[in-house]
Amino acid sequence: MMRASPFSYFAPITIGEVAKILAGEGPRALLLAGGTDLIPNMKRRTQTPAVLVSLRRVAELRGLANGRIGSAMTLSSIAESPHLSPHRALIRAAAQVATPHIRNAATLGGNLCLDTRCNYYNQNYEWRQAIDFCMKRASDGGGHPVRNEDGVCWVAPGSPRCWAVSSSDTAPALIALGATVTLVSIAGRRELPLNDLYCDDGIAYLTKPSDELLTEVVLPDATGWRSTYWKLRRREAFDFPVLSVAAAVKLASDGTVLDARLVLGAVASHPLLIAEAQELVGMPLSDDAIERLAAAAARFAKPLDNTDFALGWRKRVARAYVTGALRELRGDDPATLGLLARRATALRPLS
Amino acid sequence: MKITLTLNRKRRTVDVSPLERLLDTLRGALGLTGTKEGCGEGECGACTVLLDGKPVNSCLVPTAQCSGAAITTIEGLAPRGKLHKLQRAFLECGGAQCGICTPGMILAASALPDRPTREQIRTGLAGNLCRCTGYEKIYDAVGVALGTKK
Repeated sequence: MMRASPFSYFAPITIGEVAKILAGEGPRALLLAGGTDLIPNMKRRTQTPAVLVSLRRVAELRGLANGRIGSAMTLSSIAESPHLSPHRALIRAAAQVATPHIRNAATLGGNLCLDTRCNYYNQNYEWRQAIDFCMKRASDGGGHPVRNEDGVCWVAPGSPRCWAVSSSDTAPALIALGATVTLVSIAGRRELPLNDLYCDDGIAYLTKPSDELLTEVVLPDATGWRSTYWKLRRREAFDFPVLSVAAAVKLASDGTVLDARLVLGAVASHPLLIAEAQELVGMPLSDDAIERLAAAAARFAKPLDNTDFALGWRKRVARAYVTGALRELRGDDPATLGLLARRATALRPLS
Repeated sequence: MKITLTLNRKRRTVDVSPLERLLDTLRGALGLTGTKEGCGEGECGACTVLLDGKPVNSCLVPTAQCSGAAITTIEGLAPRGKLHKLQRAFLECGGAQCGICTPGMILAASALPDRPTREQIRTGLAGNLCRCTGYEKIYDAVGVALGTKK
């Protein structure tokens, strides 16, 4: 049996109080929302906060209206929300996180700020001790991982950086949907395009300082947009993504692409926004255009051998998934999209 | 810290440390050992209870987060010593073998909509692992209890 290390506990009831506690405690503190990732991490000593700040009583974080989603909304409430049905990629991403039980507790903010993952890091303390740890390590009494100057990256031993993988389902979907996030600290509030929340680094994977609280996600109007989210994993429940593709296109009535966004998840330390998607603009979603974008996207996908499945296969699936997701948005019959695609598009809502 | 919650329709107050797991509070201070511990990290569903009507992994829920919440455990599903229809169907269909996953399976199934499809049953129980049955007899039992069409 693993036990979490000792910590002190706050249960504030307003966003202002949370911000004050975070300002006072600094990086020693972590927010506790659903706890579905944090609690196992605390037992494995990959997150060792000296202070936990529970968000359970902060009612301000649980609103959902006019495209604004409170960060403490649970993933199941998002997946089941009729208000969010125009933002299909988000619904599909939220509905595929872990298991129904986890989604009933886990929150959107928690999934967006999810620590990056790696086969050499997400292990218990003794396992990591046996390999002399790695470049990423939990800070003593701090909530956020820090760089271990003596440690190597076991995935790429000559590498000067950590390659842990961004494993959020909702982040690629929300970036494809053009979402922004609101961040609050005692210094005030600011809005940030969601893509700018992330850094290409397995250790310092968020750009926000530790005293800022992600309070809400703001979605733009979805009129004219179609979106989808495809997730690759070994089991159809429990597993983090090994690859995900979030795609959104705005189509004119004649099928011409007016705008497009493509994001790959779980192939880098941050969600990978593929700028080449803009090359679709001004033309119809032809097979050629889709293939060109899929080939370009697969070049940017550089999966490393630190999650599930064989490396080369994951790279090939990246190309196939981008093709399939864009053909789905074009309106192709899912039955024509191949075996992997049929599995990726089959979403089984509970109600 | 003192936490007041509603457990199986009765108000209870317990004194817990902040990160004590709901699982341990239920099995320890509250004396209800029907909720089982499997993996202890949200990967198996053996410890499933209903929190405000929704299945959650009680090994990942700090009791301190349950202030004011309503918890239903397997003991609360059949309060007067009579079996719940899901429990009866698990017996009749061979849906339980070693039994450690059974309380969690039954609570997760109890949150399904009426007359669920087989796919809805599979999705609703996707967070519960069983190493004995191969699942088919569990799905059969839930179907019999909740009135799904084959």
